[in-house]
Amino acid sequence: MSQESMNLTLKIWRQANASVKGEMVEYKVSEISDHMSFLEMMDVLNEQLVAKNEEPVAFDHDCREGICGSCSMHINGESHGPDKAVTTCQLHMRSFNDGDTIHIEPWRAKAFPVIKDLMVDRSSFDRIQHAGGFISVNTSGNTQDANAIPIRKEDADMAMDAATCIGCGACVATCKNASAMLFVGAKVSQFALLPQGQVEAKERVQNMVAQMDKEGFGACTNTGACEVECPKGISISNIARMNREYLSATITK
Amino acid sequence: MSTLDSKVPKGDIADKWTNYKNKIDLVNPANKRNIDVIVVGTGLAGGSAAATLAELGYNVKAFCYQDSPRRAHSIAAQGGINAAKNYQGDGDSAYRLFYDTVKGGDYRSREANVYRLAEVSTNIIDQCVAQGVPFARDYGGLLDNRSFGGVLVSRTFYAKGQTGQQLLLGCYSAMNRQIARGKIEMHNRHEMLDVVKVDGKARGIIARNLVTGEIERHSAHAVVIASGGYGNVYFLSTNAMGSNTTAAWKVHKKGAYFANPCYTQIHPTCIPRSGDYQSKLTLMSESLRNDGRIWVPKNLEDVEAIRNGTKKPTDLSEEERDYYLERRYPAFGNLVPRDVASRAAKERCDAGYGVNATGEAVYLDFKSAIERYGKEQAKLQNLDNASQEKITELGAAIVKAKYGNLFQMYEKIVAEDPYKTPMMIYPATHYTMGGVWVDYNLMTTIPGCYAIGEANFSDHGANRLGASALMQGLADGYFVLPYTIGDYLSHDIRTGKIPTDTPEFEAAEKDVKERIEFFVNNKGTHSVDYYHKILGKIMWEKVGMSRNETGLKEAIAEIKALREDFWKNVSVPGGSDQVNAELEKAGRVADFLELGELFATDALNRNESCGGHFREESVELDGEQKGEAKRKDDEYAYVAAWEYKGEPSEAVLHKEQLEFNDIELKQRSYK
Repeated sequence: MSQESMNLTLKIWRQANASVKGEMVEYKVSEISDHMSFLEMMDVLNEQLVAKNEEPVAFDHDCREGICGSCSMHINGESHGPDKAVTTCQLHMRSFNDGDTIHIEPWRAKAFPVIKDLMVDRSSFDRIQHAGGFISVNTSGNTQDANAIPIRKEDADMAMDAATCIGCGACVATCKNASAMLFVGAKVSQFALLPQGQVEAKERVQNMVAQMDKEGFGACTNTGACEVECPKGISISNIARMNREYLSATITK
Repeated sequence: MSTLDSKVPKGDIADKWTNYKNKIDLVNPANKRNIDVIVVGTGLAGGSAAATLAELGYNVKAFCYQDSPRRAHSIAAQGGINAAKNYQGDGDSAYRLFYDTVKGGDYRSREANVYRLAEVSTNIIDQCVAQGVPFARDYGGLLDNRSFGGVLVSRTFYAKGQTGQQLLLGCYSAMNRQIARGKIEMHNRHEMLDVVKVDGKARGIIARNLVTGEIERHSAHAVVIASGGYGNVYFLSTNAMGSNTTAAWKVHKKGAYFANPCYTQIHPTCIPRSGDYQSKLTLMSESLRNDGRIWVPKNLEDVEAIRNGTKKPTDLSEEERDYYLERRYPAFGNLVPRDVASRAAKERCDAGYGVNATGEAVYLDFKSAIERYGKEQAKLQNLDNASQEKITELGAAIVKAKYGNLFQMYEKIVAEDPYKTPMMIYPATHYTMGGVWVDYNLMTTIPGCYAIGEANFSDHGANRLGASALMQGLADGYFVLPYTIGDYLSHDIRTGKIPTDTPEFEAAEKDVKERIEFFVNNKGTHSVDYYHKILGKIMWEKVGMSRNETGLKEAIAEIKALREDFWKNVSVPGGSDQVNAELEKAGRVADFLELGELFATDALNRNESCGGHFREESVELDGEQKGEAKRKDDEYAYVAAWEYKGEPSEAVLHKEQLEFNDIELKQRSYK
């Protein structure tokens, strides 16, 4: 399968900024070790470009250990590339073969406009969180004791599973409708499963869904692609829970 | 030599914080609306501070270089957060947490600050639960705890292996509530490039919009630096790629003293480097050392055979293995503190026993644990004649339940199955205890400029205990700074808006612009990473886990020469009015090239071994502790706070003498 030293052809989306047209540009990289991460392979390419005094490919990345949610590449038609349950920074070159041609594109969605090359603007996600992704409690520390309300372990664990969302946007990028239902459903579910989230539950789900629609994300048609590409394995049952929450919020007072 | 005023309140240690809060000046709600505060960085410290200050009524302007505040590197913390809740009834108290933290820090932290930290730790857990942080719970629905290295109680709260993520998302949600109300003006993809002083006080910053390249002036009545640590001075570390010292270094250059830069934590359980292309290192929770045994081969021939692939680690018999931590430290074995474990790994690898191609790796072996758990399970399930395979299967299942996510992460990176073959690990830079000097109020030596979280030096002394970084970040931001900053701001209620069209802002902006124009116009020959990698190598080899006078002097000279070369030959393609990652890195590396020199200077000055700082000249010469680190309390029980004077190595040393009234100084022994 893998090779100690691969030669690869890269076809990468280059776009100078949001207001100009972009195009796929071909590059060659050589002597790529299968131990490299995908982003380290991109570093090799960028060092080559800098040496020629050309502009390197812009892409978001930070922690490089799969938790910050910055990296966001659509590789050979898949969000975060061919491996399962990983972010782009955790994808390793052993998933590719010598001589491969790799297509690398930014997330594609109306609500994620390209800033430059592979870098997109995901501030729409932040705005959805501003609309209701919180519990209105003051940060004074004068709340009740943390053990005052017992929470069923099962509920706490499910809330945790929903809360592991890293906000990368792979779900949107892979969805044919560019829907953000998995992202929003995960946050709504986290709070819906905890007693602390009950007080504002109705307003929360309605406000977050309204903001999601306003940002231009598409509707959900239950294809399940989001769950498949989610690097954290967030389940689409969270979308179902959000739909229940939404329905009950709209038909009751 | 001037003495620094730490402003520690008088009185009994347990009453200091309460008495202090009772006597400070407050700002009334109507006046808070007229006061602006800038917060740089949105990790646990900055995020919690921004949310709380906004909630109190101040106008907050928050800045982060990431595309969202949710991505700050606090998010990567795995293990947990300490709090003296004593939910387990195992004898924990604020005093014990205080004691463990001071001792773990090798008696180089300020008692009053640490006590306050321990005191407010319990509020953090209450607060986070109220915010919807899904901490792990037991079957009765109450919060679960685990124990961490260096302590005798279970006081660590956790959310799977993603505690930092959940706490940061808690902060982020508190920020979102304030952003929605318009009380926080959030500036994503912005980098602070200088602080602006007016009449000696911090009154604003110059920031670059990383999307448009625009240089912006922002004013406020106080500036809070919460920009994290400087571990990336080593190039390779467990920090995020963008983590940098620029904000902290800029305030240092404008008058804030920088304290104890040589105190750096090198974490023992990281995945080793695999080649020169490596961009960062990945940490695996130190909880692995509870069940893993660390070893290298006894014979160099076996090392050679493993490196060239003719032998596998599993081929070596027990007699052919050197479990060097168990050999050297029979009392604590594989559970010695982080600094001791790291140095021991380096000692073996330097002697030629490293087990991978780079020579910098040791084994962390779970075979014994799998066997032990397997036999236990067989007994529990009444399998009297269980086969070896069955025992291994049962044992592996237990190990998987405890460490499954870490094993999976290892397998993704290294492509080896750690259930079948030992893991390879090596130490890596993880956390910096040093930072901007602050007094009890968390204020730097610039009036109105505060430093919180990892960016300041205060609470961890020379070595940080596990699960204490998250505690400190949140304590500073939620519960300490909001009080102390009010005392300062109470004098600013009549000041009015700080104008930005003044000579001070003009001059600071001009400096920033000139530097940027230099980078984009300097048609040099080497990339920024070329310099960063050389700096990292100097730091790792001469200012790393083990330091001596000769090496430190060489490092200072080499860093100076490298910096001169950088300013002649660095190459930054692209323009300044656009997204330009090379330009961002150039500014950060320029600052690391100065900080590295001060770091080595501080390490040279401190001719003792304490915590993460090990001087080869300062070891025990005989007795049971022969060869172990030797602290010199008579000469070095002080905080070294450095004042910038133009060249980093010419910085002037100011000493804050540390007084230990509540804790007796002792040598740490793990033999």
